[in-house]
Amino acid sequence: MDALLPVLSYATFFLVFVSVFAVIVLGLNLQWGFTGLFNVGVAGFVAIGAYTSAILTAPDYPNQVGGFGLPVVVGMVGAMVTSGLAALVVGVAALRLRHDYLAITTFGIAMTIQLVALNAQWLTGGAFGLQFVPRPFTETFGTTLGANAAYLALCLAILALVYVALERLVRSPFGRVLRAIREDETAAQSLGKRAFVFRLQSFVIGCAVMGLGGALYAHFVGFVAAEDFLPILTFQLWAMLIVGGAGNNRGAVLGAFVVWGVWTLSGNLLRELTPQAEQARGAALQVVLIGIALCAMLVWRPRGLIGERVGEGGKAKRGGS
Amino acid sequence: MLQLIADGLVVGSVVSLGAVGLTMTYAILRFANFAHGELLAWGAYLALSMLGILLAIGGAERMVPLSPFSFGWELVVAALVACVGAAAIALVLDKLLFSRLRHGAAITLVIASFGAALALRNLLQFLWGPIPTYYSRELQIAIPLVPRDVLGGMRITPDQLLVLALAAATVVGLHLFLTRTTLGKAMRATALNPQLARVAGVDVDGVIRATWIIGAVLATIAGVLAGLTVQLRPQLGFDLLLPLFAAAILGGIGNVYGAVLGGLIVGLAESLAVPLIGAEYRAAVSFLVIIAILLVRPQGLLGERT
Repeated sequence: MDALLPVLSYATFFLVFVSVFAVIVLGLNLQWGFTGLFNVGVAGFVAIGAYTSAILTAPDYPNQVGGFGLPVVVGMVGAMVTSGLAALVVGVAALRLRHDYLAITTFGIAMTIQLVALNAQWLTGGAFGLQFVPRPFTETFGTTLGANAAYLALCLAILALVYVALERLVRSPFGRVLRAIREDETAAQSLGKRAFVFRLQSFVIGCAVMGLGGALYAHFVGFVAAEDFLPILTFQLWAMLIVGGAGNNRGAVLGAFVVWGVWTLSGNLLRELTPQAEQARGAALQVVLIGIALCAMLVWRPRGLIGERVGEGGKAKRGGS
Repeated sequence: MLQLIADGLVVGSVVSLGAVGLTMTYAILRFANFAHGELLAWGAYLALSMLGILLAIGGAERMVPLSPFSFGWELVVAALVACVGAAAIALVLDKLLFSRLRHGAAITLVIASFGAALALRNLLQFLWGPIPTYYSRELQIAIPLVPRDVLGGMRITPDQLLVLALAAATVVGLHLFLTRTTLGKAMRATALNPQLARVAGVDVDGVIRATWIIGAVLATIAGVLAGLTVQLRPQLGFDLLLPLFAAAILGGIGNVYGAVLGGLIVGLAESLAVPLIGAEYRAAVSFLVIIAILLVRPQGLLGERT
């Protein structure tokens, strides 16, 4: 039994991350998979959620905003609200125009949030980050494993909730309009559906879900810092969605599991194989290979591992316009 | 105040040169190329390596500066070779990746450029390492152009003056190219209406190649100038990407002259904002510019329609 403990605790740890990522990827899937919105600033919206929840729930920091000590649930709701509000600002500016503008604007907000996270000492703790973010269940359970297992259960419950809610949403008339706009905007417009309003709703809901994922992350790690939300995070989340198959919520969850598994395994392997001094270079090479893989996937297998199923209301015909 | 304006114009010139390439890619190929910033970085680093090779051949320890500038003739040659290298990278990228995706949805091209940017940036960091470096460690004395008692005075280094002059010369050259040469006219025609241009006998594939080459050459010049006046970092292209987009959108995306104007405005805005919001938030200025222009005048200053 004792020999099993490390494995068990690593597995819980790993699965908590997978379920947090899966929540975020589900939000991204609503935007890209079902509405065709290209969000390059996922890490930014996740960061907003993580910081919001941390500030709302954490104890008093000297010389900083905070000390509200609110329950974790309030933090999570707050995270969804602030991420949603940020999405509203970006969406109102960019969603009336061609897709490229959303890509550029979300790229911009992610960079700006990174700057605020690093420099706004009074709000985000700057380079030190926010420590002592409350971790639920640590007092109820004496052991770390117990607490982590309970948190995993919470994450899985939230993941299931988000999954069911989004599945209902995309199967509802609202979801059908989203797909209709994605496939043929002019046709949808001529049926009296205002594309901008539907896109904006989808974008805001998706970003709110990403904020929730950020909050889940913050309360598990117990610490929030700017370097947790670098552009590489956005890229990993995109890889999860594309590998799993956009337009399919099951694919999104599977993608989170597969990509995070491959990423941690290859990262561990790299650490074992490369000498200490060359690790930064090795990590760079890891990203190069995955960037090439993403491009290759677009060229040869644009629908991902699973992809959108035919006969779900939307035709699975994608890519061509 | 005057000093901030001068600094802003120097940064703005670099941004303008980069944004012209970005906006041309958008006009001809119709997608926002997130990999364009990496062409600046690769151009700058290719010049660095070429400089090393030239110095090794000449057996010199370091460049003998061409007075009053901080660099010698070796850097000029190295930059020219780097232009060829960057153009080759752009053409290979187009051949392997973008040309295969051209007939699908435009957004696929954007995603592909995102992946390509990531691969190129990290490959650069893998090859050259993460530590910032310089072409030349010569110290330059700034020339006082305006005495200190007039609006805080203005001092500028010869290198910075060269940046301004080169940017202006490039823009004039580009204008002559686009209005006087057959290829330039073909490019403008393709930007306006690719189908009609093809029917009228324009070699659209040739135009696309020319677009990549010009974009890459301008990117290399911008990258080398950025490396010369600031420093060389692997994130050089990534950090400039947002200002480039801001300049292109501000001027009216697809509009070459708009990109130049936009670049100068973005450079000035960044520089003038520093005393207000602090140097650490400098990079956020571009984001605010983008949001503001999209809300107020989404077609850009010189754009007509979207």
